[in-house]
Amino acid sequence: MTERWRNSLLFAGMAALLVAVGVFQSSNLALAILNLCLISAIMTLGVNIQWGYAGLFNAGVMGFTALGGLAAVIISVPPVTEAWTAGGVRAVSGLCLGVLAIALGILTWKKLALNKTARGWASALIVVIGVVVMRWVIDPAVEAIEAVEPAKTGFLGGFGLPIMFAWMAGGALAALAAWAIGKISLGLRSDYLAIATLGISEIIIYILKNEDWLARGVKNVNGLSRPVPYEIELQSTLWVQSLASRIDINLIELSSIIVKLCYAGLFVVVLALIYWLSERALRSPWGRMMRAIRDNEIAAGAMGKNVTSRHLQVFILGSAVIGIAGAMLTTLDGIFTPSTYQPLRFTFLVWVMVIVGGSGNNLGSILGGFVIWFFWIEAEPLGLGLISFLTSSMAEDSPIRIHLLQNAAYTRYITMGAVLLLVLRFSPRGLIPERNR
Amino acid sequence: MIDILNALALLANFVIVPALAYGSQLALGALGVTMIYAVLRFSNFAHGETMSFGAMISVLATWGLQEAGITIGSLPTALLALPISIIATVCVCLLFDRLVYRYYRTQKAAPVTYLIISVGVLFVLSGVIRFIIGPKDQIFADGQRFILKARAFKEMTGLDQGLAIKTTQGVTVVTAVVIVALLFWFLNRTRTGKSMRAYSDNEELALLSGINPARVVMITWIITGALAAIAGTLYGLDKGYKPFTYLGLVLPIFSAAIVGGVGNPVGAIFGGFVIAFSEMLLTFAYKRVIAYLTPGDWVPDGLMQLLATDYKLAVSFVILVIVLLIKPTGMFSGKTL
Repeated sequence: MTERWRNSLLFAGMAALLVAVGVFQSSNLALAILNLCLISAIMTLGVNIQWGYAGLFNAGVMGFTALGGLAAVIISVPPVTEAWTAGGVRAVSGLCLGVLAIALGILTWKKLALNKTARGWASALIVVIGVVVMRWVIDPAVEAIEAVEPAKTGFLGGFGLPIMFAWMAGGALAALAAWAIGKISLGLRSDYLAIATLGISEIIIYILKNEDWLARGVKNVNGLSRPVPYEIELQSTLWVQSLASRIDINLIELSSIIVKLCYAGLFVVVLALIYWLSERALRSPWGRMMRAIRDNEIAAGAMGKNVTSRHLQVFILGSAVIGIAGAMLTTLDGIFTPSTYQPLRFTFLVWVMVIVGGSGNNLGSILGGFVIWFFWIEAEPLGLGLISFLTSSMAEDSPIRIHLLQNAAYTRYITMGAVLLLVLRFSPRGLIPERNR
Repeated sequence: MIDILNALALLANFVIVPALAYGSQLALGALGVTMIYAVLRFSNFAHGETMSFGAMISVLATWGLQEAGITIGSLPTALLALPISIIATVCVCLLFDRLVYRYYRTQKAAPVTYLIISVGVLFVLSGVIRFIIGPKDQIFADGQRFILKARAFKEMTGLDQGLAIKTTQGVTVVTAVVIVALLFWFLNRTRTGKSMRAYSDNEELALLSGINPARVVMITWIITGALAAIAGTLYGLDKGYKPFTYLGLVLPIFSAAIVGGVGNPVGAIFGGFVIAFSEMLLTFAYKRVIAYLTPGDWVPDGLMQLLATDYKLAVSFVILVIVLLIKPTGMFSGKTL
């Protein structure tokens, strides 16, 4: 069987699974899973760029996803004018001061003609003074902003642009964060990048939860604008009504299906574009260089390749793709909830997708995103079914049985871990292995 | 003069005592990470979940003991449950080593492969924990709540400020000191400990001199499992057992290990206390301390807090970043036991 046939068969199998859900459960659910599969596939592509092309372990996928979500808020929400007059300028200038202080501190460290200790203290002093000044500028502004109708707004709002722009902005924001974190931790031992990204992602979530003036913190921002029509609008449209009566389907269900199909269409376009670009990059001389660096850093360095700066480049690119996916996810949800970002779901699950799909192969990443997301969702009813089957000999009201059934949903964590370990052990190259070129 | 003592009591109550307890917990956790790094040469992301597993077994065993009516007076029953938890956690570590890690040792896999494997182990463990005990909080501290009550301290010293020491804090520090002393005695004085150090220092040379690698690895997992069970139980005892908090502990623990120098036990202990004290000192509101230390009745307007308490985690991260920038090998240049 040729490779092409094998891959088509795998994707056909995946499509059949989704269709089966549509037939046996509901087509709405199948489309909901499909949309998240598409977003997961984009995230997986991003991680694959970092891991598969360059061998970088990014344990902060969650943080970059959340930054994408933040971008969706900042771009699409109309500005809250009252909050801006209350303290917008002051808050923004405070932020600028903070950035300036850090930049000055770094500059001092790098450029000042002193010995190491003196430079260290000088730049530390500058940063500390800068932070104190920043707090002095920003604190009253934050208070004023958060006091503006806290139940409804209490934050600065955004630019009020169409939310599609946020997809690019999310990528840019994530790229910026990746640049900062990469500057610090690349070029050191490989696990330091993992630990540093794990840390930064946790901190991003803490900031999003606590800085209410930015995106309302745990109060969430809901009712984000949409790139597709609303269900209500569709239900009052003539062609939808006639279509519903012609194929004999509930009007409300049909409108929701149409909305999901619109999203799916948009996501497919983005996915196809990113896939095409990453394939092009992988086949280009640049991609060859990246693989050379991945397979033997020392040899590549000896050939005059700047390993650290290539790593930085590929780390930024991958994170940008993750940021785009994050913005798309928040767009699909229509609500930004910082407390839903969990490392198991957003970082480590994406890793399972990459490894299972086949690291280094973009097509494999897409398949991995689809398969793992599908089973992540479907493992819940499957786990419940399994547990109730296993415990069916126990009494109906046995406390152990009730307890096990309550916690049955967590079997999917065990399943995912086991899948990851089994794939790594028995088929470390994944479902669609990397091609030897 | 009395004002200075009051300020000190205030600091001791809210910063020094909690930081000593938290630092001991972090130090024990970081020791586990560092041992794995020194001998098996990878960063074990699953260590937080291993700690959580140990704590869970302690919770369950404590409940069992309480049912049976076995307690130890004013001390928490969890101390009696600790041996059970240690045995269970060590078994889990050895099981994962046998089923998962061992294969990659024979393959001489890259450290980053181990990292991904530890993510798989993390997934499985967190699933098992949530499946068995559920995601909710469990409180299992019993016995007397305080060693030293604030009121007793006030009466004893005649100060305005009270100093309270929780039993869990006292237990944590004492246990940590005992465990660390035992560990260092083992590493420096026994033949097995010395062979571990030799293996960690130079694998080839150690193999050449007839040290059995399988044995060294097994003992490393036993020590790590025991350390994780103890650290997890003490943390849960002190702060209440919540399964999800242990994943968040991975960052401060790794920061502690890296600050001290990964692979270096002394460094891990030092790092644990550096992280704990910086977290507490930077997020403490100094308002009342300053009020005591300045003459007259002047009280500062703000809370005089450098960082909001929610950003505790950011402190360990910033320390990590500073160490990575200035001295990536850590304070006690690491990589040997």
